[in-house]
Amino acid sequence: MTTVDAPPRGSLPLAAARLPVWAPGLVAAVAFGASGLLALLAGWGITAFVVLAAFLFVAGLPLWSAVVEGRRGAMDRLMTSAVWTAFVAALIPLVWLIWTVLSEGLSTINSAFLTYDMRNVVGDDQGGIYHAIIGTLLVTAAAAIISVPVGLFCAIYLVEYGKGKQLARWITFLVDVMTGIPSIVAGLFALALFVLLFGPEIRLGFGGSVALSLLMIPIVVRSTEEMLRLVPDDLREASYALGVPKWRTISKVVLPTCIGGIITGITLATARIIGETAPLLVIAGKTDSVNFNLFGERMTTLPVYIYYSFTQPGTVPFDAPPGTDPPGIARAWGAALVLIVIVMALNLIARIIGRIFAVKKG
Amino acid sequence: MAKSIDVSDLDIYYGDFKAVEGVNMTIKARSVTAFIGPSGCGKSTFLRSLNRMHEVIPGARVEGKIMVDGQSLYDSAIDPVAVRRQIGMVFQRPNPFPTMSIYDNVLAGNRLNSKRMKKATADAIVEKSLRGANLWTEVKDRLNKPGMGLSGGQQQRLCIARAIAVEPQVLLMDEPCSALDPISTSAVEDLIHELKADYTIVIVTHNMQQAARVSDDTGFFNLKAAGQPGHLVEFNSTKKMFSNPDNDATEAYISGRFG
Repeated sequence: MTTVDAPPRGSLPLAAARLPVWAPGLVAAVAFGASGLLALLAGWGITAFVVLAAFLFVAGLPLWSAVVEGRRGAMDRLMTSAVWTAFVAALIPLVWLIWTVLSEGLSTINSAFLTYDMRNVVGDDQGGIYHAIIGTLLVTAAAAIISVPVGLFCAIYLVEYGKGKQLARWITFLVDVMTGIPSIVAGLFALALFVLLFGPEIRLGFGGSVALSLLMIPIVVRSTEEMLRLVPDDLREASYALGVPKWRTISKVVLPTCIGGIITGITLATARIIGETAPLLVIAGKTDSVNFNLFGERMTTLPVYIYYSFTQPGTVPFDAPPGTDPPGIARAWGAALVLIVIVMALNLIARIIGRIFAVKKG
Repeated sequence: MAKSIDVSDLDIYYGDFKAVEGVNMTIKARSVTAFIGPSGCGKSTFLRSLNRMHEVIPGARVEGKIMVDGQSLYDSAIDPVAVRRQIGMVFQRPNPFPTMSIYDNVLAGNRLNSKRMKKATADAIVEKSLRGANLWTEVKDRLNKPGMGLSGGQQQRLCIARAIAVEPQVLLMDEPCSALDPISTSAVEDLIHELKADYTIVIVTHNMQQAARVSDDTGFFNLKAAGQPGHLVEFNSTKKMFSNPDNDATEAYISGRFG
């Protein structure tokens, strides 16, 4: 199969046999066909069918390529198809998840669902998530207000002032440790803190913000640090050489240069903590009423609302057809859909902001 | 307004590593002084120590004396920020601020120091500096476009305009033409000739012809051996350096026999 005769000196063999462009498509079709046939005959489920088809494709294309294109081509095909298979495998749960939430939750969403709270809602009365949306937005906003300055200044210290210092090394280490704190531990810490200050019965939204900021600060520090490091030292030196003090160099040259990336990082960190449940369960508690006051009384957020709607879904109305789910289940799906939309909106905003503040050329 | 610089027994360190040792020289006011020498011999390090840019690098320090206008630059009472306002610098690679327009880049030194000025004054400074840097005719119609959109040579002249907009006493140039094509190089050299009337200029260059063309005095730096600190071998008028140098090593370097 391999060429035995060395080409004569002077010749320049640049052309080699290649599989036609439709080869991957053909192999995929054959793989799915063969797998489907086997699945039909043996009576397998859809999972076994897909897995076998993927395996046949990943094995088949390099084999064919090895015959036609040789070793390097075959390896290339193997890696390419492995990467594509991994990509599709990673995409399946994501698409599946969005599809499930959409199909289960969409029917629940209406204007009443978004503007009613759950006060005195019994059975399958029209309830809503207004109180949970308010709770989520307030708690997350307060967490961001705490985390952004702390994280930003911490990152500025690490990159601009602390280079090579012992303190900076310790802070980096502690930030790394903080990244790994389980969220429930952050919640228990906030609870312990506020119980110590205000007595054992304390439950308040601001406590949730403190717990969430513990989770958010390390993410903000990390992303801001990366962005600051991307700013070339040339710019700092150019600024110093003009007789600009260091703090003005940082605030007027370094930060504006990477502000797009920093804001993107902060928005993504917010999107990451907005879905936290565990810390809010213990410190923010749960209520059926709208509460605009972060510093008093319990406050429900969307994830906590979803948790309680799912674990305590209420009873099925006696006149409902058999097999009907309790009303809480549908509300949980609806709230989950709203939460996903909020997170996606945040991601979208992050991208737009990154685009707007990106350094313009030309 | 230009000032002369007196350097005596200057040693420059990066942490424990001695990069340059025992430099003595007098840089004359309203003249161009060039430094030549092989890579890594401490020319740029020496240049950066002249406006206290050297200490921006962690662990870097200087021993010895640099006197400007009767004041010792490394005295504890001296504010490095004030020094850099008087002794400007142009770098090897053009580094305009990417977030700013051409106009704002020229004014950066004034604006970043929060000097408040009228629009007319600002316009006058921008035009004067850009004319000084030979860039005015090329950019006067697009002053509000980003500075990064210019070509490499234009960017470098923009950086020079930015440096002279704050009207320093001394202008340090660290291989300002090494990234430029011959046409831009000659534009920068013409500029150096013009700036000489008002500024004390110190330039580091790898280009011997350039040193011969633009400078009045030349300093030759060299290494004794790899890992050893660099030192000033000879400091003389350019004419003498390139025709009849005192030192054999200088002649060997200039005639291209080593380094």
